Amino acid sequence: MTAVSSALQYLTGQLRQIGLFIALIVIIIFFQITTNGITLAPINVSNLIVQNSYILILAVGMVMVIIAGHIDLSVGSVVAFVGAMSGVMITQWHMPWWLAIIACLVLGAVVGMWQGFWIAYFGIPSFIVTLAGMLTFRGLTQIALQNQQISPFPDEFRALGSGFLPDLGGGTSFLEPLTVILGVLATAGMVYADIKGRATRKKHFLEDEPFSWFLLKLVFTSALILLVTFLLASYRGTPIVLIVMGVLMVGYSAVMANSVWGRHIYAIGGNAHAAELSGVNTKRVNFTLFINMGVLSALAGLVFTAQLNLANPKAGDGFELDAIAAVFIGGAAVTGGIGTVVGAIIGGLIIGILNNGMSIMGVGTEYQQLIKGLVLLAAVAFDVFNKRRAKAATK
Amino acid sequence: MTSTILDMRSITKTFPGVKALQDVSLEVQRGQVHAICGENGAGKSTLMKVLSGVYPSGTFDGEIHFEDKLCQFKDIKSSEAAGIVIIHQELALSPYLSIAENIFLGNEMATRGFVDWNKTNLEASKLLARVGLNDHPTTKVADLGVGKQQLVEIAKALSKKVKLLILDEPTAALNDGDSANLLNLIKHFQQQGITSIMISHKLNEIKAVADKVTIIRDGKTIETLDMHADEITEERIIKGMVGRDLDNRYPFHTPTIGAELLRVEDWTVHHPVDQSRQVVKSANFDVHAGEIVGIAGLMGAGRTELAMSIFGHSYGSRISGRVYKEGVEIQTNSVAAAIKHGIAYATEDRKRYGLNLLDNIMRNVSGAALHKLSRWGWVDGNRERLVAEGFRKSMNIKAPNVAALTGKLSGGNQQKVVLSKWMFANPDVLILDEPTRGIDVGAKYEIYTIINKLADDGKGIVVISSELPELLGICDRIYTLAEGRITANVPREKATAEYLMQFMTQAKDQDAR
Repeated sequence: MTAVSSALQYLTGQLRQIGLFIALIVIIIFFQITTNGITLAPINVSNLIVQNSYILILAVGMVMVIIAGHIDLSVGSVVAFVGAMSGVMITQWHMPWWLAIIACLVLGAVVGMWQGFWIAYFGIPSFIVTLAGMLTFRGLTQIALQNQQISPFPDEFRALGSGFLPDLGGGTSFLEPLTVILGVLATAGMVYADIKGRATRKKHFLEDEPFSWFLLKLVFTSALILLVTFLLASYRGTPIVLIVMGVLMVGYSAVMANSVWGRHIYAIGGNAHAAELSGVNTKRVNFTLFINMGVLSALAGLVFTAQLNLANPKAGDGFELDAIAAVFIGGAAVTGGIGTVVGAIIGGLIIGILNNGMSIMGVGTEYQQLIKGLVLLAAVAFDVFNKRRAKAATK
Repeated sequence: MTSTILDMRSITKTFPGVKALQDVSLEVQRGQVHAICGENGAGKSTLMKVLSGVYPSGTFDGEIHFEDKLCQFKDIKSSEAAGIVIIHQELALSPYLSIAENIFLGNEMATRGFVDWNKTNLEASKLLARVGLNDHPTTKVADLGVGKQQLVEIAKALSKKVKLLILDEPTAALNDGDSANLLNLIKHFQQQGITSIMISHKLNEIKAVADKVTIIRDGKTIETLDMHADEITEERIIKGMVGRDLDNRYPFHTPTIGAELLRVEDWTVHHPVDQSRQVVKSANFDVHAGEIVGIAGLMGAGRTELAMSIFGHSYGSRISGRVYKEGVEIQTNSVAAAIKHGIAYATEDRKRYGLNLLDNIMRNVSGAALHKLSRWGWVDGNRERLVAEGFRKSMNIKAPNVAALTGKLSGGNQQKVVLSKWMFANPDVLILDEPTRGIDVGAKYEIYTIINKLADDGKGIVVISSELPELLGICDRIYTLAEGRITANVPREKATAEYLMQFMTQAKDQDAR
């Protein structure tokens, strides 16, 4: 009885996390039914990943910015600017594609330094600086492109957005072998890391997660990865951009959890005064945070441009709002200090699946906007409600 | 001849776990200036909040009779309607509105919802004349000095047809000229029939204007003295404020004092905004290894400002002076530099400045010295856990494990987390600002024991506290601070509450000799 009640108590404490997962599943099932099974068709799952990749990349950078208590409204314009410059570099300056990619990432860093300087060292609120950036970089995009589109791009460059890893089965096998191998390896890696993490926590008496819940979560996530693996393998294999996203997700999760820099970001967002009085160089952390956001925005710009095979002055319009919404749906706190990379990615997936499912159902964009707005509001309202209840419970 | 305007009878106010006021009675005569005196935390402000309806009727026991009527104020508005206006120590003005707008804020001179500006400014200038302020009513409050802002507050009180004016530490932020001006004004109002209650630490001011003084200590009324009747000296008032017996609330400790660790010379700090005002005035002090040094001072004396300005220039502007660490001059102009030189500062306001309440014990403990646990920018999570777990056990932090959020801990346990953080950073000199504020007696004893142990480990400890008994109980030497100036350096043998309080309330004219 005590085991059950303590497990229940633990689960109510984790309501937000569970709610997010449940919401994701409910949404998937809902669209799977209403679209007559198109949602989970292999080709659609592949498209879903590819077409949401740039929002997810932006969400990873954005969640870090928001954890530190800032916001970045300029990412959509930076996506467009970097996309435009990649077009200029490749088609007008005749740079090799790989050099253009590197140059664009450096350009993103420079953009980040520019904004980070005003925010960290000059003390202007990030809302204002990045609002200015939103206009500035949109303007620079139009100047760089002289209000024209640039197309086409070389195939190697396009692979970044829409390419797949080579098919080891020669296109004839029922399941693409490389994808299956990667999927199984990823599952095994995750299971190993989770079990090991639990063991160390247990050793130091830090574990309060009930074993049954741990097992359920592990089985569920493994099944999810294997399902996606199966679906991708039965279509064209692994999208290159999925590998990019996987590396970002695992890498940045580790950075936020275990690096000094990541700790300082949480510390600043949680209590900037206390961080400063503990010797954290808050200015430098804020500055580097925006450089990081700039580089990730540049990467998203490259992926987006490569996918469309087009540099367009209007590209990236409204991306910042999708990225910010993803972060808040993913459980980040408006006041900073709370949030996770994984949460932001799940939040991004929820938005992506909503977009995708409603498009397949033929829902007009006006209703799509309406519904996305309500989902965001509901997610944050749920948070606030939860916090208030938790506060009342401790009193 | 004189009649009672206010009669507060057996007021008792309890907060969860604390009895802030116990059976307090206060009787104020019409047309008098009545001072209320007591140590920080004695219950003065709570009493005034009860009177002004901040704590509504029903949340406390006892009765308030104002002008012979039983009053049950449910909020500030209802007490103001009766003619009781309180002016808080922190002024409540909106800086970017004009003087006139501030005076009539919430009480606008309007017809059918539209503000009548002519009437507003005219009425405002009449009120300004009464408080002796010559500025135009359309001047923005932000453009006025603190002294004049105080006068605007009083003009605002007059606009509400005030009968009883309550001033909480009215001169704490004022310079000499403005203080004298304000005291004259209070006298002047008295002639116009306005009764005043003044909370003040400055005994010379009380002597100058008050007709009566009521002393509150530990939430109880001790006595009410008639300033005219007897020969009331400052010493007499001090005795009432501190006269309590020291029982066994402090662990016994024999210090082993070694070489000098930290010396501060000629330290002067100006207010961060009002850069002409000196908050700390050429302060000198030193700490030796193994020594616990106290800094005693009343609210507004500049204790925290002194400590924070030394710790990485975290407070103030135009800081000058020298800091020596083991005889060598050092620069402490950033927090990181101060920490590197082995100085640590544990703040008085742990929730605002000390802890990340959204994060767990472990990450708060490691927060000031992550570099010790990391290599190439990556934190060794296992070692971090072991370190934090070690502190949880040795400091007796009451939490199931180090993954517990600090926001959910009690005050005493939060303070232990802050101390753990700085102990892990392993400084040579530890400045503790109000280390036991808001902590229950049992946890206090534990904190004192930890402080003693740190001193025995050869560290130099500076304890800033508003509670004199605490300083007397744990310190080897005590500096007194009054209005930014160090007024005395008292060894343990000579230190008594009365002796210290003399130097803590030392007026400006006295130390100028």
